[in-house]
Amino acid sequence: MISLLSANAELIITIVKIALLLFIVLTVNAYLTWFERKVVAHMQSRWGPHRVGPHGLLQPLADGVKFLFKEDPTPAGVDKFVYYLAPLLALSLALTSIAIIPFGPEPLHLFGHDIYLGIAPLNLNIGILALFAITALGVYGVALAGWSSNSKYPLLGGLRSSAQMVSYELALTMSVVGVLLMAGSFNLRDIINAQASHPERGLLGWNVWPQILGFFCFFTAAVAETNRVPFDLPEAESELVAGFHTEYASFKFAMFFIAEYTSMITVSCLCTIMFFGGWLSPFPASWTFTHYVPSLILIPAGLWVIWDGLRYETVFGRMVLPGVGSVITLLGALFVALPDVNNFIQGPFWLLSKILVFLFVYVWMRGTLPRFRYDQLMAFGWKLLLPVSIVNVIITSFVILMWGKK
Amino acid sequence: MTAQLVVFFALAALAVIGAVSLILQKHPIHSALSLIVVMVALAGLYLLMGAEFVAAVQIIVYGGAIMVLFVFVIMLLNAGVEEHTSISKMAGIPGLLLVVALAGFVAATIAKSGASVQAATQTGMLSSTKGISEMVFKDFVYPFELTSFLILVAILGATVLAQREKS
Repeated sequence: MISLLSANAELIITIVKIALLLFIVLTVNAYLTWFERKVVAHMQSRWGPHRVGPHGLLQPLADGVKFLFKEDPTPAGVDKFVYYLAPLLALSLALTSIAIIPFGPEPLHLFGHDIYLGIAPLNLNIGILALFAITALGVYGVALAGWSSNSKYPLLGGLRSSAQMVSYELALTMSVVGVLLMAGSFNLRDIINAQASHPERGLLGWNVWPQILGFFCFFTAAVAETNRVPFDLPEAESELVAGFHTEYASFKFAMFFIAEYTSMITVSCLCTIMFFGGWLSPFPASWTFTHYVPSLILIPAGLWVIWDGLRYETVFGRMVLPGVGSVITLLGALFVALPDVNNFIQGPFWLLSKILVFLFVYVWMRGTLPRFRYDQLMAFGWKLLLPVSIVNVIITSFVILMWGKK
Repeated sequence: MTAQLVVFFALAALAVIGAVSLILQKHPIHSALSLIVVMVALAGLYLLMGAEFVAAVQIIVYGGAIMVLFVFVIMLLNAGVEEHTSISKMAGIPGLLLVVALAGFVAATIAKSGASVQAATQTGMLSSTKGISEMVFKDFVYPFELTSFLILVAILGATVLAQREKS
């Protein structure tokens, strides 16, 4: 038994990693809906979810139970196979793309093995290409859902979205070429390490400064690719009811929903890795005292949650919130007490903070921007984003050719 | 049997099943879906041979771009179930003969080729992104650029034909 375990250690580690990442991503997805509703609510001077659990924190759980137990009708005249395939395709492809993302620089030493954070192998030399390949297939989930529903609104939504996703994929791919030229590699780890070539510069060494045009094009195209506001034409409520997923109910609808939120996370990861230095700290490497920033954020946040929880209106909240708060505070204190652990979490901490910022930007845009008209959307993609990203490639190649890399 | 061989046979079987299903399916969308399965299985085979870049491009270009266009056109035209006439049914017999002939030809070619070709794994310069880009942009740059001009002319021609005003 023991020998069998050690012989297949790599395989077992990978399977455990996949299970763990799936669990984390799905949980984060659930709380992303809570985060989105809360943030949008406060932007519109409302409270948002507040009834289920303290501060509505159990709302995602209630939503999940509701999705599971709702009636799941299949409309008449649908193409059964494709109708069931579409949500499965959308969800599995969205979850697969997360596997390419590396989450930390240093391996974790456990049971005599070096365990790197992230599922893909270290030398995945086609990292970003593999991601684009998965994104390219992601169109089918939406297009097939629209077609197979045998209903006019989903068909219109599916057609719109395939046209939109194909158009913006071009700009998306062209906009990262500048970054790839500067890094000289498709490997996501190499792209991050290339931004660390001047550790004393801190955040000034990130790709976002030389590649500001590329970043603008990439983020805009990526938002369009994930069908989010202001590019959510495929599901424009006022015109198309709910677009491609009109005829889907219950958990099949939830699968599209989870797929959309997972792609949001993937895009945020990519923005962070390609343009904002991934797990690199924004401070110069010589400022070692900035290693206490995680604790400096966690401890006050935990204390605030305790203080807020003690005067919460329900008894349940007065019990749960201080508990959550003390866990956060203890975690912060632990990082101060154990320097090794503190050094290890620096990379993941900065990566996750930057991802959170991008997720906030997503929600912020949803709370602020109106939807594009369809012809504006197409003109924007083809006449502005694509030319600008091509110009960015030409400028970057010219600079690298004339003056070399940095 | 090594793990590689198992993966090879699984992917090869997937590709063949996809290709057969592409012909047998009644509805155009189902045929298009079968073709996507073939494309992705082929990409897996390239990956098995160590040609990462070609595998990724296979999925992006064929599995993604081209097949999306197919599906898009089928959806837009709302193409229905294929109709069989007596002639199209008769065409099956010579078609089958041609398939046997082609399979025999390919098998003979593989049997005649050396062991080095049969066990080929793409390693080093040829499979890497750098090797391919050097080949395309250095050794074969003129044919490559000429091909892109050809495609550009085709795109412009299609646009002009589509935009022509009806008199």
